[in-house]
Amino acid sequence: MAQVTAPSPARPVEVELRPAPPVDLGRAARLGLIGGVAMVLVAATGIVGTFQTRLLIDPILPLGLLFLYLLAFAFGWMAGKPPAALEGFAPARANSRNLVAGALAGALGGLCVGVLAALMSTFDLRGVFVQLSPQLLEILTFGLPLGAAIIAIVAISAVAGAIGAGVHLLPIRLKRSLLPALVWVMMFALFTDLVGQLFAGLSAEFLTDFLFTGRGGALTIVGAITVFIVVFVAYWLLGGRETTLRGRIEAMPRGQRTRFSLIAAAVILIILWFVPKVMGPFVSQVLDTAGIYLLMALGLNIVVGYAGMLDLGYVAFFAVGAYTGAILTSPQSPAFTPQLLLIVAIPFVMIAAALAGLMVATPVIRMRGDYLAIVTLGFGEIARILFNSEWLAPIFGGAQGITNIPDLRIGPLQLSTPQDYFYPIFLVVLIAAYVTYALQNSRWGRAWMAMREDESVAEAMGVNVVTAKLSAFVVGAVLASFGGALFGAQIGSVFPHSFDIVVSVTVLVIIIVGGMGSVPGVALGALVLIVLPNLLREFSQYQFLFYGVLLIVMMLTKPEGFIPSKRRAQELHADELSQDAWLDIYGDKPTTDATTTEPPR
Amino acid sequence: MSLLSIESISKAFGGLRAINSLNIEVDQGEIVSVIGPNGAGKTTFFNLVTGMETPDSGNIVFDGHNVVGLRPNQILELGLARTFQNVRLFPTMTVKENVMVGQHCRGKAGLIGAIFKTKSQRSEEARIEARAEEVLSFFGTRLAGYRHDQLAFVLSYANRRRLEIARAMATEPRLLLLDEPTAGMNPRETIELTELIGRLRDEKGYTIVIIEHDMQVVKNVSDRVIVLDHGEKLTEGTYDEVSTNEAVIEAYLGRPSERR
Repeated sequence: MAQVTAPSPARPVEVELRPAPPVDLGRAARLGLIGGVAMVLVAATGIVGTFQTRLLIDPILPLGLLFLYLLAFAFGWMAGKPPAALEGFAPARANSRNLVAGALAGALGGLCVGVLAALMSTFDLRGVFVQLSPQLLEILTFGLPLGAAIIAIVAISAVAGAIGAGVHLLPIRLKRSLLPALVWVMMFALFTDLVGQLFAGLSAEFLTDFLFTGRGGALTIVGAITVFIVVFVAYWLLGGRETTLRGRIEAMPRGQRTRFSLIAAAVILIILWFVPKVMGPFVSQVLDTAGIYLLMALGLNIVVGYAGMLDLGYVAFFAVGAYTGAILTSPQSPAFTPQLLLIVAIPFVMIAAALAGLMVATPVIRMRGDYLAIVTLGFGEIARILFNSEWLAPIFGGAQGITNIPDLRIGPLQLSTPQDYFYPIFLVVLIAAYVTYALQNSRWGRAWMAMREDESVAEAMGVNVVTAKLSAFVVGAVLASFGGALFGAQIGSVFPHSFDIVVSVTVLVIIIVGGMGSVPGVALGALVLIVLPNLLREFSQYQFLFYGVLLIVMMLTKPEGFIPSKRRAQELHADELSQDAWLDIYGDKPTTDATTTEPPR
Repeated sequence: MSLLSIESISKAFGGLRAINSLNIEVDQGEIVSVIGPNGAGKTTFFNLVTGMETPDSGNIVFDGHNVVGLRPNQILELGLARTFQNVRLFPTMTVKENVMVGQHCRGKAGLIGAIFKTKSQRSEEARIEARAEEVLSFFGTRLAGYRHDQLAFVLSYANRRRLEIARAMATEPRLLLLDEPTAGMNPRETIELTELIGRLRDEKGYTIVIIEHDMQVVKNVSDRVIVLDHGEKLTEGTYDEVSTNEAVIEAYLGRPSERR
């Protein structure tokens, strides 16, 4: 019997609690230096310089320096965080020492930037980092002489770090109102176009005029304060209750929960219906792109998330869909011009994609894990090179691609604008989401998962792994091909360079960041990775930097993704579940079924 | 006629002769124990019978079919299921899903059926689920109730072994191969499992071949004991015959030194 030291909630054991250990200043110093490296990198990659001209709040807050000191804030927050409550210790309380830790981390971070500034003023570093220009030095030093500037940078960073640590000292209700308010101000300031478009769509331009310096301008001080107060008051009145909404939904009886989800789904559908009408062509275009990526992510989720086969050449199926659609519908197709309507061509697109899926899957049936990933990576590239080749140019048009693809027409409805395309794309996404759900709890869905867990055992338990692998590839391919066909019709042309390896990687990152195997997670992943970078057009040159940082941070802190499927969350936090045994002993396991009477020994 | 007959099969891994012209007969309704020192080829024997390895020569005839060269899933469909020495469940699937995978080979529903939720698919799903619950109920309260929806990896060791047996039972086998079912269990659990093995034959009508190291279990469950050593059959017979056989004792304990 394992030694049971943990006091069970059911039988509280009187234990003298030792005082919590104080916050670790050594750790704070280490975090500060890491933060310093991050701050230096932000400066060296040019983010500070690029965004200095973008005013978040007119006229006081330029985005470039804010980025720098937000890092000091974040690392101060981490450094000042009270350690997690341990067995036998009183819960840690934040005190002035936490503030010191935050300030220390911030100051060390600032010192790194100061050193950078000193180096920049002594040497010309532009040979290595192009972005380390005199203008950047000017920005970093606020135009002060070097000594004064370093003191100023360290001081500001220390204050930012201390404020970050100070968050832990706030009462919980204040914290839960203050942080969302700040986040909302940030969102209003960052997504000025989006907010302006939204107000225009709702014929509420007077709000734009009130909050911003003009149409398309930056947030004003008055605007920022207004947004802050409105959000703060709203959250204060909610009293932090919104965090338990999910819990309350889960506590509902089954019937009520079903009704609630139905109503929620209906509301979401109605909102979706109005989204393109309100948001205009630019946002709709972004959402269309996100929808196509989401469709691919749902398909790849079946191959990678369910069947456990890492496919790095998934873009090939997207390309097959796009090219098949283009050849069958466009009058400009080089070899074969049946000029079908897209809606008629769709079954042929599906067949072509299914064949492509079989073609890729057949040679890789006997491969597992890394080998499979490498081979599929090769297939993805082969597909792109074939579409690009002179050899097949008489069919696929080579580098010129296929142009003049007619717009999608459904009966009398002729779609043309991005707003129009929003509806078919999201209809297909909904269908794909349904298919994903339906397959998950089916005979083959279970076979895929069994194969993912242990291929030899799955086979020994009666799963025909050849069929399972082929079918997973085919389903994934067909879903991607829908995306390809819609993509071609919407853009009006297909070119080989649209089907780069980057697309495969992006789709994979969407799944990993969102939550493998989880449909809401994948949707959120597409939103974060496609919609945000496209809405913040200034960021587009840093898009992949953003992906990389996000991926690393996610792997370190939340490897199961934003909205994980239940099983994956449990798997990656298995150590937290391993007290299962003593939970049983103490009988406080939530029993969902009255038949469980005898606790196992 | 015997249910399973192994006709002089051999299997070598490189220079190592894991199984050397082995002949074994198993009759319908028997419980046969396979014992032998480590490395005697017991698990390889199971792997050959279930198709996870292919013998170099010889025939394996199960219920009139020669299963040599068939894929593991085809052999399983004929009614030959196994468990593994080092429990190999599907860890991040729930207990019930693990068992439902066992029913895979007895179903027909395809992808299209699952997407359109056809009538036959729904009735088959219901049948698979009912069958899984029925199999799990065989273990009393051990795998009942809330355990159905727990992920397999949170189960205790003994329950994982039980679940493995449940998964094999769900395939509706005629012959069940159990690879060290009591390994790592405490004495009470071992006794419980010994009874369970008897019930598997009496209530479910399975023929059972079991690899076991615990001689108490071997003594209590087996109709017949087969002793393997160096991939060859040393002897076979009832427990009492085998346990007094000098060659067996020698294989387990070693030959007494000639020069003392």
